[in-house]
Amino acid sequence: MAQTASTGPAALSGADLPEAALGSSLWRDAWRRLRRNKAAIVSAAILILLAVASIFGPMLSPHPYDRVYPQYVRVAASLEPYPREDRIIPAFASAVSRARVEMGAVEVDGSTVRVPVSDDEPLDPRIVRYVDRSDLFDHGRIENLSADGRSGVMVAEVTRLRFLFGTDGNGRDLFARTLIGIRISLAIGLLASWVALAIGVSYGAVAGYFGGRVDGLMMRVVDILYSLPFVFFVILLVVFFGRNFVLMFIAVGAIEWLDMARIVRGQTLSLKRQEFVQAAEALGVGAPGILTRHIVPNTLGPVVVYLTLLVPRVILLESFLSFLGLGVQEPLTSLGVLISEGAANLQGGRWLLIYPSLALILILFALNFLGDGLRDALDPKDR
Amino acid sequence: MADPILTMRGLHVRFRLPDGELHAVKGIDMDVMPRETVAIVGESGSGKSQAVMAAMGLIASNGWVAGSVRYRGQELIGLPHRRLNRIRGEKITMIFQEPMTSLDPLYKVGRQIAEPLIHHRGLTSRQARPRVIELLRLVQIPRPEQRVDAYPHELSGGQRQRVMIAMALANDPDILIADEPTTALDVTIQAQILELLKELQTRLGMAVIFITHDLGIVRRFADRVYVMRRGEVVEEGPVRRIFSQPSHDYTKMLLAAEPEGRKPPVPEDAPALLDAGNINVVFHLGGGWLGGEAFELRAVDGVSLSLHQGQTIGIVGESGSGKSTLGRALLRLLPCEGAIRFEGRDLTTVDLRKERWVRRELQIVFQDPYGSLSPRLTVGQIVTEGLLVHEPALSRAERDRRAIQALEEVQLDPAMRNRYPHEFSGGQRQRIAIARTMILKPKVVVLDEPTSALDRSVQKEIVELLRRLQEAHRLSYLFISHDLAVVRAMADEVIVMKEGRVVERGSTEEVFADPKAPYTKALMAAAFAGTLDREAARAVAQQP
Repeated sequence: MAQTASTGPAALSGADLPEAALGSSLWRDAWRRLRRNKAAIVSAAILILLAVASIFGPMLSPHPYDRVYPQYVRVAASLEPYPREDRIIPAFASAVSRARVEMGAVEVDGSTVRVPVSDDEPLDPRIVRYVDRSDLFDHGRIENLSADGRSGVMVAEVTRLRFLFGTDGNGRDLFARTLIGIRISLAIGLLASWVALAIGVSYGAVAGYFGGRVDGLMMRVVDILYSLPFVFFVILLVVFFGRNFVLMFIAVGAIEWLDMARIVRGQTLSLKRQEFVQAAEALGVGAPGILTRHIVPNTLGPVVVYLTLLVPRVILLESFLSFLGLGVQEPLTSLGVLISEGAANLQGGRWLLIYPSLALILILFALNFLGDGLRDALDPKDR
Repeated sequence: MADPILTMRGLHVRFRLPDGELHAVKGIDMDVMPRETVAIVGESGSGKSQAVMAAMGLIASNGWVAGSVRYRGQELIGLPHRRLNRIRGEKITMIFQEPMTSLDPLYKVGRQIAEPLIHHRGLTSRQARPRVIELLRLVQIPRPEQRVDAYPHELSGGQRQRVMIAMALANDPDILIADEPTTALDVTIQAQILELLKELQTRLGMAVIFITHDLGIVRRFADRVYVMRRGEVVEEGPVRRIFSQPSHDYTKMLLAAEPEGRKPPVPEDAPALLDAGNINVVFHLGGGWLGGEAFELRAVDGVSLSLHQGQTIGIVGESGSGKSTLGRALLRLLPCEGAIRFEGRDLTTVDLRKERWVRRELQIVFQDPYGSLSPRLTVGQIVTEGLLVHEPALSRAERDRRAIQALEEVQLDPAMRNRYPHEFSGGQRQRIAIARTMILKPKVVVLDEPTSALDRSVQKEIVELLRRLQEAHRLSYLFISHDLAVVRAMADEVIVMKEGRVVERGSTEEVFADPKAPYTKALMAAAFAGTLDREAARAVAQQP
């Protein structure tokens, strides 16, 4: 009862007020400014598109990201479906030849392949498996089986597969793998950044607000962590805990929050001298109230901006670790792993390097433009 | 009469803002004669600075200018940068309000004064040096031969403003534009700077355009006045006529805008609320971990006072006098030595984390209405923040009701409580800050320069509001200010502080009528010199 009574008038007055009385918050101002920045908006759209594609794309893709096509190892990127016409006959012939039967001339009719086969003994219907086992053919069957069962026509449908980005050295579809790579990279980027944000903001705000000895101690801890070589730290973690997806967040987050803590501490130092913080102190508001209501919300402008610049940094870091082989585990992949493989196979297939790199570049550009746009939109000096 | 040296005709300045266009200056005409002092007077937002900035080609990038500004017949609007630069900085120069930030902290002052000489006259820095020393002597900086090699931080605010003036005079300008040159300075320094400007003007024979909101200065200093309001010149004429026979209502309002009335005295038997004895505040500076010389700064030195219920004690002093420090120490916002008793209870030994009532019954209002409100909270949240601490049991609706009450009490529309502080003017913000303290129904309020950042007419309203609140709630005020006119209108008793010590104290009437200490006399002289016959002006202003 009391609940309804208490929310009633507030809700009413909110609804009754004209638009002007609701005021424009700083965030709404920032959004209006951001909207005018075309590069930032396009970047945001690209990021959303990539994120949606990386989440739902692999579900819709005809090729699972870990499916191996032994016949299609390292085929080039193409809009045309595989197999190419000239490869159908030799492939079918080689598949049928494994059945050790006599065969005549192979005929291709649209998507159906047929070859007359005969043998000294009755044909074993199980020989169609040799055809089905191939990635190129499907629905293998023997038709027109003669009365004695020694000859007939082997018929199979050609499976037409599209590899938009080609396949990798293990015959896996690069398109699906790139989408998974984007998914993993974005996830690591966002999650590790959130880890850094959560630790860094609270740590920096506390250190800056309390100041003095607390500040000195807390910031010396940060300095010590700074002095740890990052790669050494990651190798240590990998040695102790094995290669692990979660470890990536921890490793990257554990390094990146240090910068965040310093930024927030600096902001806090100047904020706590502001009169509105002193006014809150004079009202008797305790440290937790001041930190959550006054300090942290006012640091958010620079923090959000730093966050958008941190995400690409983290993605690059993850790529770097994966490139070194300390990153995610096969068959899972990330853009860093893909690029690393692509670089190793540069001569065999350029597409292996080009497409994952393009995806990474697109993400990094978009994030940087968005970060720039946000910085301009949230910059209080412009106001 | 001679031809005007600078003419403005139909000058418009517009700014493109996110919310549309701001028409800052709306077609003003102005003339400046040689050797004349022209004052442009107006409150904040009247466009007085922008008009002159436009003439100098110093408009921000989102603004544009229309109309005509001629200097000795040459059109300045639309003049290419290079040719404009030959005039500004040499023939027309400027000094600004903030002497703390208009000098570059990285360069010696001599080098900065030499800059216009090197730039406009092609001197080398060695050739410029004698001229720089001469200029420093001209602006009466002691020991100019040594001061020429000083960095800005080694100089006081007044000296920095003198350096700025020296810089502006370097090339014998025809016109000196002074944009609120003394607003950031203490009154006694202000008087010295004005004296200097006056003297230099007669000696060097230049025209001065003086932009200010302070009519006292205008009266003392100017020959002719333009009164601006919302981008328009509402009145112009010789100083004498403007002050004796103002024709426009706005001018009359400005002339009458000094806070009026006196506070009714407190009854003799009013109980003492706050007793402070021998308060000392000492800051320990330097002497860090790695050494460095430690020294003590005694900001407040043995001050005692006794504040009765319903009483206002005005604490007067210039910057660095320790008046704000005293106010904060009394509320235990700063550590101090000495005895503080509030309603008989000893405040110095109270554990503030447990005894929340201290923060409720003793409140403070700050000077800067822009800095004292958190930009990320709505007005409603700001006003009710104290309730979260002191009455945590209140429901949201109840808090909202109290916020409406408090905002109505300070004459703000309660419908505004969902807005953010940046949408309010300075005066409105100060009302919000007052509402924030009043919602807790305190007994003692420290007012730390609550009117200093506001225009005169707004000051008057805030003073009236504070007096009304005091009467309604029997509040006791500790009114800290450097503005003697406001203190006179607010306080029963005045304490004059200098360098942490009390130099004079007494009832407001006594102190203002017959100041004893030489420092108080100097303060009074500086503050009221320009307004000697202000009473006459007020009489005129009150005529229909």
